[in-house]
Amino acid sequence: MIEHLFDVLLALLITWLGWRAVTDRDSLRAVVTFIALGLMLALTWLRLRAPDLALAEAAVGAGLTGALLLVSLKRRQSRPEGNPIEPGKEES
Amino acid sequence: MIRKLFVGAAASALFGLLAWSLYHLPAHPAGLTVQAHAALPRSGVSHPVTAVLLNYRGYDTLLEIAVLLLAVVGVWSLRAMPAGGPEARGAPILGALLRLIVPSLLLVGGYMLWIGAFAPGGAFQGGALLGGALVLLLLGGLGGALLRHIGLLRVALSAGLLVFIAVGALSMAVTGTLLQYPEGLAGTLILVIESAAMVSIGLTLGAMFHGGRPVRAEGAGDDE
Amino acid sequence: MSEPLTGLYLIVGAALFALGLYGLIASAHILRKIIALNVMANGVFLVFVATAARVSADAPDPVPHAMVLTGIVVAVCATGLALVLADRVRATPPGTDDGEHGRWT
Repeated sequence: MIEHLFDVLLALLITWLGWRAVTDRDSLRAVVTFIALGLMLALTWLRLRAPDLALAEAAVGAGLTGALLLVSLKRRQSRPEGNPIEPGKEES
Repeated sequence: MIRKLFVGAAASALFGLLAWSLYHLPAHPAGLTVQAHAALPRSGVSHPVTAVLLNYRGYDTLLEIAVLLLAVVGVWSLRAMPAGGPEARGAPILGALLRLIVPSLLLVGGYMLWIGAFAPGGAFQGGALLGGALVLLLLGGLGGALLRHIGLLRVALSAGLLVFIAVGALSMAVTGTLLQYPEGLAGTLILVIESAAMVSIGLTLGAMFHGGRPVRAEGAGDDE
Repeated sequence: MSEPLTGLYLIVGAALFALGLYGLIASAHILRKIIALNVMANGVFLVFVATAARVSADAPDPVPHAMVLTGIVVAVCATGLALVLADRVRATPPGTDDGEHGRWT
């Protein structure tokens, strides 16, 4: 009975987080909400008896995707005209 | 505003259709659990998910590792990013944390790789931890030392795919079918593939975070 | 542990997919479109794993687990590539190609 209550709460929380992640006007808040959604999803994988997925989702789905989005946000703010470096003109 | 209402109505209709059809799915489908567990002793590992990933559906995993490499090639051809990028400030507390955390991450990543044969884990989870360690190193300003050896980086990024293809080709030479592991060698071959794949996946995730082809930053000092 | 309410998780997966589709079309900012795409992918993964959990009480179907595992890692790399592409789109001056589409940001 308690586990079913946990399921219902988790389902409502995931739906609400998904709604906020796509409709929030502030980009930073949307990214943070998306990271929270990823962590709640990792909990869901545990509840659905998929521990491999929980490991991968917590590390990569929530953590690394969130880090990628945050870095992209920061680069966008510090250089609003986009990346001016043309490929092919650099010799690495 | 009208456009958003229209799109919202369409999305709600789609949700209704999906929910209705999902509601009518069978409550206890047959699934493939029985078959997967039955073939487990011959697969070389004792964890069913690892067996599915690297033995029963190994070809899918091969293609997926190729997709990862393709993503890095795409990112590297679209943008060049100096090694000591704007994120690499190297705060002192982060440096102290790195000395503790990065070795632990490497250790736990290696443990994940090994334990994947009998418990939840495997190459992807170990690679994710390795990628996390690389992200921390890049944030701490040590990216310059890491990204200096571009040739070695290229080899390590493609090592997962190349080792997988080599094992598949050798298996085909012995047994006649691509990725059909010879009897008794399945466990060892899976471990070899997973080790190379873990390094590749970790470096791919680190390269994704770095966000571009590593180039020499002009005048920026590299931390050692 | 009792059996999870897999029907509810299936519905939530469908909801995430529909929400992500709405965000993909209705958002103005390219970054939020990418977030919406990831939300859609997570909805699909939830449907997969909920179906796998329906097979039996304590031995879930391992095949959808493997598919979702590769799906998670591929989704991360696709997000990374999409972010770099978005940056390139922003850096391209508006009159460069034949179309008359403006900048997305």
